[in-house]
Amino acid sequence: MADDPLAPPAALAGDVTVPPAVAGAEPVQSVCTPIRLSYTYTPGKALSRYLRAMAERRILGERCGVTGQVFVPPRGVSPLAGTTTAGVVELADTGYVDSFNITRVPIERRPDLKPPYCSAWIVLDGASVGFMGLVINIAPEEVRIGMRVRAVWKPDDELETSAANILGWEPTGEPDEVIDDYERLGRADPGRA
Amino acid sequence: MSAPMRDVAVVSFAQRQEASIPGESEVEFMVPLMEQAKAAVDLTQADMGFTCSGSSDFLAGQAFSFVMTIDGTGPVPPISESHVEQDGAWALYEAWVKIQCGGIDTAFVYGYGKSSPGWLRDVLATQMDPYYVCPLWPDSYAVEALAARLMLEGGHVSERRLAEIAARSRASAASNPHAVRVEPKTVDEILAEEHVLDPLRPSDLPAEADGGCAIVLAAGDRARELCERPAWIRGMDHRGDAHTLGVRDLTSSMSARLAAQHAGVADDKVDLAELYGPFTTSEHLLIDALGLDEDATAINPSGGALAAHTMMASGLIRIGEAASRIWRGDGDRAVAHATSGPCLQQNLVCVLEGD
Repeated sequence: MADDPLAPPAALAGDVTVPPAVAGAEPVQSVCTPIRLSYTYTPGKALSRYLRAMAERRILGERCGVTGQVFVPPRGVSPLAGTTTAGVVELADTGYVDSFNITRVPIERRPDLKPPYCSAWIVLDGASVGFMGLVINIAPEEVRIGMRVRAVWKPDDELETSAANILGWEPTGEPDEVIDDYERLGRADPGRA
Repeated sequence: MSAPMRDVAVVSFAQRQEASIPGESEVEFMVPLMEQAKAAVDLTQADMGFTCSGSSDFLAGQAFSFVMTIDGTGPVPPISESHVEQDGAWALYEAWVKIQCGGIDTAFVYGYGKSSPGWLRDVLATQMDPYYVCPLWPDSYAVEALAARLMLEGGHVSERRLAEIAARSRASAASNPHAVRVEPKTVDEILAEEHVLDPLRPSDLPAEADGGCAIVLAAGDRARELCERPAWIRGMDHRGDAHTLGVRDLTSSMSARLAAQHAGVADDKVDLAELYGPFTTSEHLLIDALGLDEDATAINPSGGALAAHTMMASGLIRIGEAASRIWRGDGDRAVAHATSGPCLQQNLVCVLEGD
């Protein structure tokens, strides 16, 4: 081995001999080696603020100091400009459906979600980006792009520092948003300016 | 190795290391470093021909965690970008190769790790063989202690020698504002410490830290414009030893020796060396494998990874520390080394020179 670092160790040369005790045993087809690691996770400054506000039925976004866009949920950085966000913005718990889909297949780990149900990309009033949520208290086939919605919160005594405080979004009955002006919504590509 | 086709230099470096950074997410603490590294050479993301990062989902405890941090680069309009699940030194290697390929003159490289949310010694067990070794959950420090036992019993090193390495790191770290373990101790004080993982003492272990660093690379005249005295990369190579610890000779490092040969470490004098040796035993092996003369070469003037060990960044920080000393004129020729994996499994060696 010292002479030729690439030569295989002597023990690996030649045929492998199976000990008599296991000769003829059924071959192992698979092994299960569970791996579990636990973490004490801290979400950071921006998400901590956001989650604490959630416990007070408030939704916080953060503003990009370069483009002026408001991001929610906030991560402390503008994902477009790559700068630390310039300020916290309190957003309404109302907005409109920007896009949606209807799920007709159950999910094994979410027995609480009874198909068919509607997941939507909701743009909060004052925000520049969509925000994930369920549209509830309406038949899924009646959901449409531009439909105005408001948050349905858990009862006050059940509020936690969690995005799960919002059970879903229900129609407000207001006239639909007219989505014809992406510049107004603040979603212009800053590289184009 | 044939000589690199293009002269590429490290022209900017920013770092942060603390025992833990509990209140900030990775992208929150990386954005100021990214801005600092770019601003120091008056560049923006739009000036970067390529961007490459090193980090690990196993530290963050979430999949595709590096994507969150890309937000911090300012990736709109879209950037040319890549990521390695390795120390940032390997991201720098990728960026260096990319510049060698031509078409770009600049690259932005960063590496970061926040190991404090998990138990690092368990997290690192997951880098072992997933069928035979990882299910046993070997404590990663205990694995290093097995190697240390081999070295001591085989006469490859003495406990006093290990204590001397630890004492040197502590003394050097005292002047490094980013070091975590900075209290000076004498060799006798270190030898008087109780073993924690016999034969290893607390001073033999890395000082774990959260943090990261960012570096700007530039080629040729672009580097001369950006930096008064660029730290030119004159050679760089990386090699890996076998994954299975049982087939390796843990009392030496064949891959570090080969990487050093191919990077050209021995071609000229070495004024200083920044070695990523997380344990005193690893630093001892590296000095031997790289063929360094401790009387002629300042070893780990920053204190090294014994003084502050930021997973996924400590190797890239070694390159930044070595380059900074060339900019300042503390030396003309430096060696920076990075490692990855258990018991120095993979090693990268980079030779830096000033004009």
